[in-house]
Amino acid sequence: MKIESLTIDAVRQALGTRQASAAELTREALRFAERENPRTGAYLHFSPERALAAAARVDERLAHGEDPGPLAGVPVAVKDVIVTKGVRTTCASKLLANYVPPYDATAIVRMEAAGGIVLGKTNCDEFAMGSSTENSAFGPVRNPVALDRVPGGSSGGSAAAVAQGTAVVALGSDTGGSIRQPASFCGVVGVTPTYGRVSRYGLTAFASSLDHIGPFARTVKDAAILLGAIAGRDPADSTSAEAPVPDYTAALDGNVKGLKLGLPREYLKDLKGESSDLLYRGVDVLKRLGCEVREISMPATDYAIATYYIICTAEASSNLARYDGVRYTTRSPHSDTLSEMYRNTRGEGFGAECKRRIMLGTYVLSHGYYDAYYLKAQKVRALIARDFARAFEQVDAIVAPVSPFPAFKLGEKLDDPMAMYLSDIYTITGSLAGVPCMSVPCGQTAEGLPVGMQILTRHFGETTMFRLAHAFEQSGAVN
Amino acid sequence: MRITEQQVRYVAELANLKLTEAEVAKFQADLDGILEHVEKLREIDTEGVEPMAQVLFEADAAATLRADVPVPPLGSEAALANAPQPGPGYFRVPRVIER
Repeated sequence: MKIESLTIDAVRQALGTRQASAAELTREALRFAERENPRTGAYLHFSPERALAAAARVDERLAHGEDPGPLAGVPVAVKDVIVTKGVRTTCASKLLANYVPPYDATAIVRMEAAGGIVLGKTNCDEFAMGSSTENSAFGPVRNPVALDRVPGGSSGGSAAAVAQGTAVVALGSDTGGSIRQPASFCGVVGVTPTYGRVSRYGLTAFASSLDHIGPFARTVKDAAILLGAIAGRDPADSTSAEAPVPDYTAALDGNVKGLKLGLPREYLKDLKGESSDLLYRGVDVLKRLGCEVREISMPATDYAIATYYIICTAEASSNLARYDGVRYTTRSPHSDTLSEMYRNTRGEGFGAECKRRIMLGTYVLSHGYYDAYYLKAQKVRALIARDFARAFEQVDAIVAPVSPFPAFKLGEKLDDPMAMYLSDIYTITGSLAGVPCMSVPCGQTAEGLPVGMQILTRHFGETTMFRLAHAFEQSGAVN
Repeated sequence: MRITEQQVRYVAELANLKLTEAEVAKFQADLDGILEHVEKLREIDTEGVEPMAQVLFEADAAATLRADVPVPPLGSEAALANAPQPGPGYFRVPRVIER
């Protein structure tokens, strides 16, 4: 049994045939991950005690002949913005370097109830703000496919762990592409479900109208299983949706004949080079599988970056106000008064990108600018959402690029924030509309760098999205 | 220039962020560049468009409210465990009244 290429099915089989116990498997997975992690730095820290306790519960259920759950014994990496009771949760920020949460996120509770094992917490951009994982206070993550390149971000550690094989699946968070883009850069599957599909209780808030929790996996099926385990209404998150959770794996039947797919003109006009070639090759595969492909238009797309960076920074400036040195952050030691302590703590504690976004968000919300920036952006957001609603009157799914380019070199874009923001163009539209979207591997460049294809469907259309991604993956046309 | 260093300092005050002089200069340039891009929004007609704050789905107004049932609180020990300066049952902070 090769730990680095395990799937959820393989874990289930190993446990079912008593080839290994969950405890043995967990110890082996921890040993492997701790040994291999220094190559990429995907994990910030491991949680062996919690992992072994969860494994013991799985073994106990098995011994009693009970169903151990769909994720029984599966090693899971968790982005360090999702709180884990008793396990340090830093948000990759100096401010929370020592923070040990007193409660669990709902996604964690559900994942463990399904038998999953939290192996450790993964590195990311500070408070999930970034597209490269270089904004971590604890150093960058290297892309396991090409160690001199970034894994993408902000959930770079979770994507890298799954690509490297130090976890079978992982949880990440996505506000404007933070799951799909690193999945594309690392060559794994990454899913941003419908807004409200997964409870955000215990996800450190960045931009609340855009934040999602979602899975990473090496196969579409594993991503579908993990999403099924964590999705559903949660009384602790009033934005979580009532809609029943279907059995996503039941949809993986390969039958995509006659599905209508839209290629948005506005997404393709500037796409160049191998990213474009690979996407069109992927589209040809979908055509051969029997899908009908047509060009569609989504005219508000050109305004998405401006809209997104107003809305997300406005919300962030409000959400990050809580890190004030009083209740759970580190505190700047030399301050005579409370207001001085706030300023010093935040000035010394936040990294450059968080400060930049807090500043921009505070500015666009400030007196005299609110209407011109924030209110205007909310109106354009409605137009972007309308584009999606109209598109889904004509097609069952939208196929699009994930990123304008494959993984870039460490340091390459760090000094140019606007260039980094512009690279989010293809992922933020789906986030603003709240539709489910995912990245599925679509091939490699001549240099061997992975490129993902994005699939987007209507609200709560995960079933169609998974069906299409699975058929594409199983076609074997990639690799 | 869309934003001045003086405005950067004012916004930093509002956001409770102490910035160094180098940061003021850097953020002036960065924010100016971002605001230049954002000006693009002036081109698009939004006459009569309702602002969208959140993705909403068809449901009763009260559909997402939980039942009003008391649950055990976190407790002050757990709540204070991560405090930089906890007191017995409260958080310690520096002097609040400055004059």
